[in-house]
Amino acid sequence: MSLLRAQSLTKSFRGLKAVSEASFEAPEGGIVALIGPNGAGKTTCFNMIAGVFAPDSGRIVFADKEIQGQRADQVCAAGVGRTFQIVKPFAGLSVLDNVMVGSFLREKTESGARRVALEVLAKLRLEPKASQPASALTLPDRKRLEVARALATRPRLLLLDEVMAGLRPTECDEMVAVFRELNRADGLTILLIEHVMRAVMALAQSIVVLHHGEIIARGAPAEVVRNPAVLECYLGEETEV
Amino acid sequence: MSRAAALLLVLLALLAAFPAFASSYLLSVVTLILFFAYAGQAWNVMMGFAGQLSLGHSLYVGVGAYAAAILFTRYGIGPWAGVWVSIGVCALLGAAIGFLAFRFGISGVYFALLTIAFAEFTRIGFDHLAITGGPGGLFLKVSQRDSWDLLNLRGPPEMFYYVILALAAGAFLLCRALLGSRAGYYWRAIRENEEAAQALGINTFRWKLLAVMLSAAMTSVAGVFNAFYYNNLFPEQIFHISRSIEIILGPVIGGVGTLFGPVIGAALLTSLADAITEALAALGWEVPGVKQVFYGFVLFAVVMFLPNGIWPAIARRLGVSR
Amino acid sequence: MSWDLVANVAIAGILTGLVYGLMALGLSVIFGVVRVVNFAHGEMMTAAMYAAVVLFSAFGLDPFLATVPVAAAFFVLGYALQAGVINPFITRPEHSQFMLLVAVATILVNALLLGFGPDARNVQVDYQLESFAVGRLLIDKARVFAALLAVVASAGLFAFFRFTLAGKAIRACADNYLGALVVGLNVKHLYALTFGLGAACVAIAGCMMVLLVDVTPVLGPSYTLLAFVIVIVGGLGSMSGALLGGVLIGLSEAMAGLLIQPSAKSMFSFGLLILVLLFRPQGLLGRKSP
Repeated sequence: MSLLRAQSLTKSFRGLKAVSEASFEAPEGGIVALIGPNGAGKTTCFNMIAGVFAPDSGRIVFADKEIQGQRADQVCAAGVGRTFQIVKPFAGLSVLDNVMVGSFLREKTESGARRVALEVLAKLRLEPKASQPASALTLPDRKRLEVARALATRPRLLLLDEVMAGLRPTECDEMVAVFRELNRADGLTILLIEHVMRAVMALAQSIVVLHHGEIIARGAPAEVVRNPAVLECYLGEETEV
Repeated sequence: MSRAAALLLVLLALLAAFPAFASSYLLSVVTLILFFAYAGQAWNVMMGFAGQLSLGHSLYVGVGAYAAAILFTRYGIGPWAGVWVSIGVCALLGAAIGFLAFRFGISGVYFALLTIAFAEFTRIGFDHLAITGGPGGLFLKVSQRDSWDLLNLRGPPEMFYYVILALAAGAFLLCRALLGSRAGYYWRAIRENEEAAQALGINTFRWKLLAVMLSAAMTSVAGVFNAFYYNNLFPEQIFHISRSIEIILGPVIGGVGTLFGPVIGAALLTSLADAITEALAALGWEVPGVKQVFYGFVLFAVVMFLPNGIWPAIARRLGVSR
Repeated sequence: MSWDLVANVAIAGILTGLVYGLMALGLSVIFGVVRVVNFAHGEMMTAAMYAAVVLFSAFGLDPFLATVPVAAAFFVLGYALQAGVINPFITRPEHSQFMLLVAVATILVNALLLGFGPDARNVQVDYQLESFAVGRLLIDKARVFAALLAVVASAGLFAFFRFTLAGKAIRACADNYLGALVVGLNVKHLYALTFGLGAACVAIAGCMMVLLVDVTPVLGPSYTLLAFVIVIVGGLGSMSGALLGGVLIGLSEAMAGLLIQPSAKSMFSFGLLILVLLFRPQGLLGRKSP
């Protein structure tokens, strides 16, 4: 069953076509990676799904409901969580408070929100840092906080925007393990934009490749990495797998 | 009982017993302190919680004051009913300003300028309206000094003291409750990073509007108190931008966004200012404007060296949070 | 109401508006480059007016001649203010900067009140009472001279930014702070220079203004708001916008004073500010912020 279906998404900015007739889907409980060179339109797709702006044309169907054009907060309430490429922590709040902002979406009381937040922090192994101010965290921890916050809203689909960028290989592997576990244990569907192929190959069940706003390939990881069109535009530089 | 709560109860007890042994002069000073503690707390909801800088809060003080005063002098409607009209009108006013500003994406300095413009517009407008008495002012019957007429807020200074004490304490408790609630978390999230807040399911437009409306409504009550305490209203005075600045001095100096900030800021500022004026008078210098220069310097010093305000620095020493 | 009256009032409004424009130009330059919301702008104007009054009563110095020392002094003070006080604040959040200048404004206004008292002061020169007769119109000589100087000063500032190296460097900083740093420009010095120039504009405008109106300390906040109205209506970052805005505001205030009531004329300006903020925040000539 497709949890998310993007159909013929098109978006232009001042005459420049960022995304053109992009269609892809994410099966429930699956992990799909969106890859492509810089400027291919990946984050634009994310932003359309997450409700930052509406597509010029096309449909986005989430859990059998059309969500294109809805506001970011409505999309989140519908069950789509997202992280940002450049992390946006609530710097003046503690780590726990950051996550509680997320959990308050579904929990009505402070105690309920705190409980859920602590559970999520435990999953991301951030619990020991719960009372620290978010501004004091290192980059890998900030990324985890970003993920934890989104998870606290109890999403069915999680959009990860280059969450591995800037992480060392060991840190990257840890994150991969966390996502694998979330996917396996909680059935969380994940759609990720990623440049770090190490993570893509370890996580993705299927890959969609964007180039100049158009989808040029899709399929299982093993096929996509051998696809000559893909190799030509993108994978020529990074072959660490 | 936590340390903070114990400290607070002691403070409250002291304040409640205060009129018994204070001179009438001191009583008026502390009344003023409590007034600014209340108004500052109300302003804090908008700025400290939702991050919207308003420099036009005198608008709500003035409109709240005039609404209740006009109802009282012209229609004999007492302040306890009149205050609801003030609250309603100001909440709507705040909603209108907030709606216009947020709908058109105005924030930061532009928002501050917008609030100033509305306050100034109203000030000049009221100067020309007959129903408000124009520049000549609006006057309430001066209260009898001995008996307490709580219903009409006519009475001795002690009565007003307890009213403002109750208001200040009430505002403090309300803000405390808000901070720990979903509203408080959402507001602070919006203040920190609006885009991230939206991605977490927060309808930022609605919540910002709520903060503005609540702040406006709370401030209007200060206006009603003002009207019945001073018994006269002049547009030139009550809507003036220096009133708006006085309101924000407490929270900015004490600590924006904190609970104790407005209280401590107001207490420190008003008592020091008064002390200076008294000291100068004792030396034979009756100078208008000294208080304001003092305010200016304190504000300057705090903004330069203690940007988060005085309270956070003290709180760390005392081991108390917020 | 005769057309002569309307025409006279309109022209007076336009001429006054040019002086307003010079004042606003100072703010536009400061805000456009250093991005500081100079909340003390009107107070600086008032201080300049008092400086002219003092120089006149002590030395009999005509305000036109006074512009030289006053502008020089304000340039230095403005430079010092930016370099010493405001520069550290560049990285701090907006409302901190704002508060800082609110503090400076408060200190200035009340220091003036302490020093000069609340009564109005002015200068009395002969040509204030004379006017040019142009057809059926009577135009105040003082107003014409003031407006002329305002235009000359503005032109000088335009030329500075267009043709001198320092001017171009300042424009570079305004466009791209980081880029300017990378290229090796001494941004802090240039910011201070800019503030000094803005202050000098205000100083000249103040000396001119005192020929037209009496000065009291409480004029400060009104002028600050007026400057902001003009700059926002005319367009932030646009120098010609500041002048155009000034003329517009001067004209509309004069007409409003004639048609409605003199004391209500500022209401019009504030109403205009609200409308512009809401519907066209980049003003008439400004560019849309990125």
